[in-house]
Amino acid sequence: MSLQPETFKSLVKVAAEQVIASAPELTTLDQAIGDGDHGINMKRGFEAVLGKLDAISAQPLDEALKMIGKTLVMTVGGASGPLYGSFFLAAGEALSHDRHLPADLADVFGSGVSAVSARGRSQAGEKTMLDVLVPVLETLKTAVGQPDLIERVRTTAAEAVERTAPMQATKGRASFLGPRSIGHVDPGARSSCVLVQAVCASLEGQQ
Amino acid sequence: MTDTVGIVIVSHSRDIAKGTADMVRQMVGSEVKVAFCGGNPDGGLGTSVSLIIDAINDAWSAKGVAILVDLGGAETNSEMAVEMLEPARRDFVVVCNAPIVEGAVMAATEAAGGSSLAQVKAVAEELSAD
Repeated sequence: MSLQPETFKSLVKVAAEQVIASAPELTTLDQAIGDGDHGINMKRGFEAVLGKLDAISAQPLDEALKMIGKTLVMTVGGASGPLYGSFFLAAGEALSHDRHLPADLADVFGSGVSAVSARGRSQAGEKTMLDVLVPVLETLKTAVGQPDLIERVRTTAAEAVERTAPMQATKGRASFLGPRSIGHVDPGARSSCVLVQAVCASLEGQQ
Repeated sequence: MTDTVGIVIVSHSRDIAKGTADMVRQMVGSEVKVAFCGGNPDGGLGTSVSLIIDAINDAWSAKGVAILVDLGGAETNSEMAVEMLEPARRDFVVVCNAPIVEGAVMAATEAAGGSSLAQVKAVAEELSAD
């Protein structure tokens, strides 16, 4: 699992394209328990990332992640902008401080997850993107270096997103619905799953 | 005018932000700098970090700036905007936990009397106390 510049570039491209393709589904999920703008916001943000793809992938990895984060912060237009933006800014910052991939993957990913938690003042269990990101982090910690790491991450994300359906939201707009938020998959958890799965698919295709 | 805390109003809707700013100005005229923004980067309902940064800089005062927000994304994007300000300004901008319209009017009225940023924030947040 090396990250050559071309690998990284195609990974970002695949991830952005997958988020953009999932925009209608994210919108439908968000219309059920939110304000219905998650799909269009994520699409706007990741289209901006695609627009800067050459500039992003010309940077060292830490700076590239920070550039993705800043682009999302400035273009998404909803709370998911600072949340995803903070993830990439913090992951980039971790790489700037003597962390290296793939050895420190869990550590770097964990920095991003901590930043999301701090920015949203939220924990896992509140029906948010953290309900995918935290289980993925746990899998990264336990399975890093294992030959089936990618498959385990993929399965973790897919199962975690489904587990948000029976949860009652206590953060974000969905919390306004109280018990009526139960029975719907969380749109932020779904977009996190899309991103994680896209990265897995991209890395698998290049192995 | 530079001796009063500036007020920034951030709503998902530009119409609400502008209407709130109109109500604030009716109360304090030009004694207090007031800036507002609303809408996502495409102009739809939402908030934009770059518009918030611009509004903070427009309302800038040596005594600081108090931001009033409506819903979650406005708060999260305002906090992000504050962190992206030049370092010298970051510590002089606060996001108030208060209802946007009442909070903005009360904060601006307090600011017009020359109160500190902490006092302005406290007065706005009294509205959320109970």
